[in-house]
Amino acid sequence: MAVTYIDAIRDAQEKALAENPKVFLYGQDIGKFGGAFKATKGLQEQWPDRVLDAPISEDAMIGMAVGAAIEGMRPIVEMQFADFSSVAFNQIVNQAATHYYRTGIPVPIVVRMPSGGTPGSGPFHSQSMECIYAHYPGTVVVTPATVADAYSMLLQSVDLDDPVIYCEHKFLYRWLKSDDYKGDDLPIGKARITRSGKHATVVTYSAMVHEAVRAAEMLYKEGGWEIEVVDLRSVKPLDIDTVVASVARTGRILALGEAFPWGGVTAEVVSRVCAEGFHLLDAPPMRLNAKDTPVPYHPKLWAMHRPTPESICESLRNLLAY
Amino acid sequence: MISTPNKELSQDHARDVFRAMLRGRVLETKLSNLYKAGKIVGGVYLGKGQEAVSASLGACLKWGEDVFAPLIRDQAGRTAFGEDFLDATRTYLGSAKGPMRGRDGNIHRGRPADGLLAMISHLGAAVAQVGGVLMAKRIKGELDGCVGATCIGDGATSTGAFHEGLNFIAVERLPMVVIIADNQFAYSTPNEKQYACDDLIDRAKGYGLEGHSVDGTDMLACASVIGNAVAKARNGDGPQLVVAKLLRLGGHGEHDDGSYVPTEIRESRYGRDCIEVGKQQLIDKGWLTEEEYSEWMLEINAEAQEAVAVAQREDAPNPYEEDWSAIASPSIKGL
Repeated sequence: MAVTYIDAIRDAQEKALAENPKVFLYGQDIGKFGGAFKATKGLQEQWPDRVLDAPISEDAMIGMAVGAAIEGMRPIVEMQFADFSSVAFNQIVNQAATHYYRTGIPVPIVVRMPSGGTPGSGPFHSQSMECIYAHYPGTVVVTPATVADAYSMLLQSVDLDDPVIYCEHKFLYRWLKSDDYKGDDLPIGKARITRSGKHATVVTYSAMVHEAVRAAEMLYKEGGWEIEVVDLRSVKPLDIDTVVASVARTGRILALGEAFPWGGVTAEVVSRVCAEGFHLLDAPPMRLNAKDTPVPYHPKLWAMHRPTPESICESLRNLLAY
Repeated sequence: MISTPNKELSQDHARDVFRAMLRGRVLETKLSNLYKAGKIVGGVYLGKGQEAVSASLGACLKWGEDVFAPLIRDQAGRTAFGEDFLDATRTYLGSAKGPMRGRDGNIHRGRPADGLLAMISHLGAAVAQVGGVLMAKRIKGELDGCVGATCIGDGATSTGAFHEGLNFIAVERLPMVVIIADNQFAYSTPNEKQYACDDLIDRAKGYGLEGHSVDGTDMLACASVIGNAVAKARNGDGPQLVVAKLLRLGGHGEHDDGSYVPTEIRESRYGRDCIEVGKQQLIDKGWLTEEEYSEWMLEINAEAQEAVAVAQREDAPNPYEEDWSAIASPSIKGL
């Protein structure tokens, strides 16, 4: 029986609850209701004392998790949408992320952030927040793109001693399926070559991995171009060694992301490749991101706002033609 | 409504509270002098005038069992709770041996493993954090008999974090005491620009907390009312809100002379010094003599002097020995 990306998130939480009495879940509507996306369906019935409903108070939710982590627990907090984590920004970056450095007492919390756009979701239920949190010292930011990674990386996140921002892409929730959760169990901090190639490298993460693979297939059919796709998996730590090794093979890089274009993960990737592998480049590195506007509501606008296989192909053609 | 002193307040407890107040005041006076002599880098924030409130809370909390998140005017409460003078002097003077190892300074210190949380500067953020420690104890089945507490000022009541935090601890009915030291000024902003209700205690009902008002300059009243609030929380009566009315007897920090505080407020009832009030209250009851007071002052002065001297002799943190990592997980440290 096939399992989906959202099944992986639910089942990883179930496994974490079953195996570790320190784990508890906290979030809005996650109890009897099972969560806005059903990522906690049926879990409160099994663990009524460790699957807890929260008031609509993102700041207090993270503050609570920090306190509980100091007391030895390993909370998983569900933000109903990544967008709403802006209300908890202070607790995440100032309370959780600084605590270990300041006091020597770790704060092992996982903040699940349903991220990224889906048609019709609009400006406040579509954002990709990974670079905001990655900017701050003391955080780990993971962006699983596969069913197996969604499962294994959530369990690995629970085991880490640092605050982990777990960016789960809503577009993948039910669309992405797999036979089971078996994967390569790469550790957090290691990127994966999703598709190998020799003409150019696309470095990306989360749902854009699948768009990049589609674009690579289109270009192969179009002209026999072999595009390598690197899935960062965690944007922090950033596995720059795998990226530079890929660039050493291809000489060309496109950094691709769904987030807004100013700064961010793609800018970080390009700047590191320039600093560490400038001599490997045969063409100026390129970036492709969402457009520099809020994420629009209408599906036709939304489809153009984010990178698509067509726009990725367009960028790659320019990169290959240089 | 201002509560009156409880007749059942014990002599020993009242003396403990007063001694913690003195210890706070004496240490902070030393820190102020060091600041003025240029020996402290960064700010110095004093609790002068708020010692009765702070110590009355700290004296009811058990180190290693309860949880306390002090704010910037809680030297007396920290002392009463059990924090060593050395933690203060080492943090202020930048000793590598302090609990923050030079990575954070002044009042941003704590011993979270012992229940003394280390504040961040963002006001109201500690309310939910203390609540989280209590939630963890509840999940572990260790909550019985425990209490959590935090102190904030009138200014912090205007933050979203305060609102979210109070609502959360009320919804969860946690054994917690939140004390608002309403000292009439948030930095330079007077109360009329901070809140529009008649009295902050009105908020207790709105959040579903039990509320208690007290004259924060009246030591015996503070010891009684705050002690009662802690006992109620500890005994399962749910979260308690105490609003203590008083006046900050100084500036926001030692860089600020507080000249914006009008003379008529300084000369009001709340402008009196809680330490003078408390000393007289104990003497009137026959619970303290002038001779004892003088002995205490000598002892505490010597203790504070020694804590300063020790911290001053110790090395500063060495930037070349820092690992410069904010990551705790061994598997990804250095990546």
